[in-house]
Amino acid sequence: MMVPVLGVLTFVCAIGNIWPMNGGAFALPPDQWLPENISEAGGVIDTLFMFILYLTGAIFVGTSGALFVFMWKFDAARNNEPVKFTHGSHTLEIVWSILPAATLLFLAIYQMNAWAEAKLDRPTEEINGHEVPKPPLVEVTGRQFEWRIRYAGHDGMIGTPDDLHTVNDLHIPVNEEIVIAIKSQDVLHSFFLPNLRIKQDVVPGMKQYVWFQANKKGTYDVVCAELCGWGHYKMRGRLTVESRQKFDRWLEQQFAEQERSEFTPVAGDEDE
Amino acid sequence: MSSTTVDEHAHERASGGSLGHFITTYVFSRDHKVIGMQFLFSTLLWFLVGGLLALGIRWQLAWPWHGMPVIGPMLFSGEGGQISPEFYTTLFTMHATVMIFFVIIPILAGAFGNFLIPLMIGADDMAFPTLNMLSYWFMWPAFILIGICFFWPPYGAGNGWTSYPPLSAMIEASPSSLNAQTIWLMGITFVGVSSMLGSVNYMTTIIQMRAPGMTMFRLPMTIWGMFITAILQAFALPVLTAAGFMQLMDRLLGTGFFLPEGLIVNNSLAASGGGQPLLWQHLFWFYSHPAVYIMILPAMGMVSDIISCFSRKPVFGYKPMVYAISGIAGLGFIVWGHHMFVSGMNPILGMTFMVATMMIALPSAVKVFNWLGTIWGGQLYFTTPMLFSLSFVAMFIIGGLSGIFMAATPVDIFIHDTYYIVAHFHYVLFAGTAMAVFGAIYFWFPKMFGRMMNDSLGKVHFLLTFIFLNGTFYFMHILGARGFPRRLADPYDYETFSNLQPMNQFMTICAIGMVATQVIFAANFIYSMFWGPTVGRNPWRANGLEWTAPSPPGHGNFDFQPIVYRGPYEYGSPEVDADYYPQNQPPPDDVEPGASSSGH
Repeated sequence: MMVPVLGVLTFVCAIGNIWPMNGGAFALPPDQWLPENISEAGGVIDTLFMFILYLTGAIFVGTSGALFVFMWKFDAARNNEPVKFTHGSHTLEIVWSILPAATLLFLAIYQMNAWAEAKLDRPTEEINGHEVPKPPLVEVTGRQFEWRIRYAGHDGMIGTPDDLHTVNDLHIPVNEEIVIAIKSQDVLHSFFLPNLRIKQDVVPGMKQYVWFQANKKGTYDVVCAELCGWGHYKMRGRLTVESRQKFDRWLEQQFAEQERSEFTPVAGDEDE
Repeated sequence: MSSTTVDEHAHERASGGSLGHFITTYVFSRDHKVIGMQFLFSTLLWFLVGGLLALGIRWQLAWPWHGMPVIGPMLFSGEGGQISPEFYTTLFTMHATVMIFFVIIPILAGAFGNFLIPLMIGADDMAFPTLNMLSYWFMWPAFILIGICFFWPPYGAGNGWTSYPPLSAMIEASPSSLNAQTIWLMGITFVGVSSMLGSVNYMTTIIQMRAPGMTMFRLPMTIWGMFITAILQAFALPVLTAAGFMQLMDRLLGTGFFLPEGLIVNNSLAASGGGQPLLWQHLFWFYSHPAVYIMILPAMGMVSDIISCFSRKPVFGYKPMVYAISGIAGLGFIVWGHHMFVSGMNPILGMTFMVATMMIALPSAVKVFNWLGTIWGGQLYFTTPMLFSLSFVAMFIIGGLSGIFMAATPVDIFIHDTYYIVAHFHYVLFAGTAMAVFGAIYFWFPKMFGRMMNDSLGKVHFLLTFIFLNGTFYFMHILGARGFPRRLADPYDYETFSNLQPMNQFMTICAIGMVATQVIFAANFIYSMFWGPTVGRNPWRANGLEWTAPSPPGHGNFDFQPIVYRGPYEYGSPEVDADYYPQNQPPPDDVEPGASSSGH
């Protein structure tokens, strides 16, 4: 009675868990695994993800394998040997404390650089011989339930009356280091670019920056990843990565259109 | 004539007395076993409610904006039988609220903590029986308030169980943030009161009321789990209660703890400012992260007891297990920031939390290795409780390892708030804790009711639940790796996620199967409660003190004074011929009179 149950259990565990967890990257069609990555920093995150996947996958196979081997071997229906009366082993405890501790510590230190590059080391540029943080190309403001996007006008400054305003339509030039200022006008949102491995909650009252370099042209999703109300699901923007010339032309076009229109789309947003 | 009158009076008095007796025995009872049972029945009913709410979520993710067959028109006649986006936010908010506050926490601490602590430490009841009674009855205002806030017009409370401001702290922010959110906050406060009364009681009882000879290091792991949990509750809970009151004041009195200056939401100006939305997240997770361990440590303890019993072998590394639990509890207080890596919190602070989070994986690993050590070299009996407990270990390995992905801050940037985290905590909470709870119910059911549950039905229940839970939750990892966000009523509008609907449909079918499987459990539970085969004191040949009391134990628990001679895991000891050695059985050469046990 017990053997078939155990067999099915092992089978289900092995097929259900070991196979996709480790073989997932290969067995699954690529459109159901990590979304296409279009930045170098995103590649670092993907590498780290896969590294942890292989590491934990190996630990999973080891420990679960041991669990099932023990379950098979020491099944009372099969095992006639007397119980090994033991309360533990000091040596083993030390070994299996130090090994995971070392692994985890290694992992903790190993990933610090990627984190620092993503969240601390904002790109700089040189102005008058001084290294200053690179100014943002564009400012994105979350609002129930849309992304308001603002480019600098001819004066090169964001926050002046000649700014260019768009809604949910974010364009950036390819192969350039981009800094985006992100903020929220009302509640929490999260600025999520799945293909660039960028995510940052936007908090009202705080101004934050994300930076990346997209190295592939195309159109991608801008997702809101923090619950912002009933319309959270439809807070969807589009990111267009295009060549510098196309980007400049697009800016000019949009600017001309805005000048033509009778009203500015985001009236009364001249704060800060 | 006169004698009849006297008789009638006597009868009236007697019936009045027996009604009073019924009320004090079964309703406002001060007996820890009855209170435990009350918690058990209440939480199991809420488990059903939470499961049905989950099916609502699953339905929407599999077939968004499609009318639910049969029940849809009854529930949402206004929307043509389909779930509205507003109601979807209410669904996932209520699913989490019910499962966390009304199922997992009270079924562990309230049901099993109450029932097992005095029995396992050899006490006749809790230290404060009246406080204990109140801890159950303070759940009822919470049950009622959360029930009301679900149905409160227009859509119930739908700000997520985390209730992040400003969305939740401003009445104008969303239709789901109207008065229902106020009622929700009050409901959660009552849960807090109940948990606090319970935790004070558990700590005092475990410290003060142990039977002679029951030293701290002779306590079963279950009691250690409950003890550490009670400490966590007592220290973390006041912060949540305070935060809840602050949010209430922001909503009702215009205090602005969590609202920045000049905030305009949904065209309404906030009453005041000067606050910070991140403050709520810090306060909330300062409780809710330790709460994650509140939701698993007692389960780990119960699993250790069950695995040792059915391996007929002592727990491997008892003291390291105790230290591991304590380590998890200690580190559990300094890792809350890992919920906030991308929240806007200082990234350098994030690094600190990351290191602490990595380190908390260590005691968890130590526990897994010790469970493996326990079954190694044993004689394994695959009863239903044992199967559930072993699957706890197997699933906890997956849930624990998937946590490392989130702990790695750069990876968390990508998978934060996606289905990866949903997969992780369902593996820990459902595949882990809920499975351990099922195992514990099968294991201690004979002690609770004096009758056995059907083992074959139990195995069918186990097998189907196990298969369906993996079919439901496993694929959440893959969704998460794809970047599939949580809490979206219709994710398929995004190009990146548009191809994931078939996978979601498969998961939903498994989820329906999983809920349907629980009918087997319910039938087995109810049938066995009344008609199961009766058992003696110790049907599993286990060592714990609870197995020396009658089944079910009467008021006062023990019909003798238990005296403890050893730890609870002396299975297969060479000192005795039997393969178990109850804690209260005197050593063979001990001829001390009066210390004899009436174990069987």
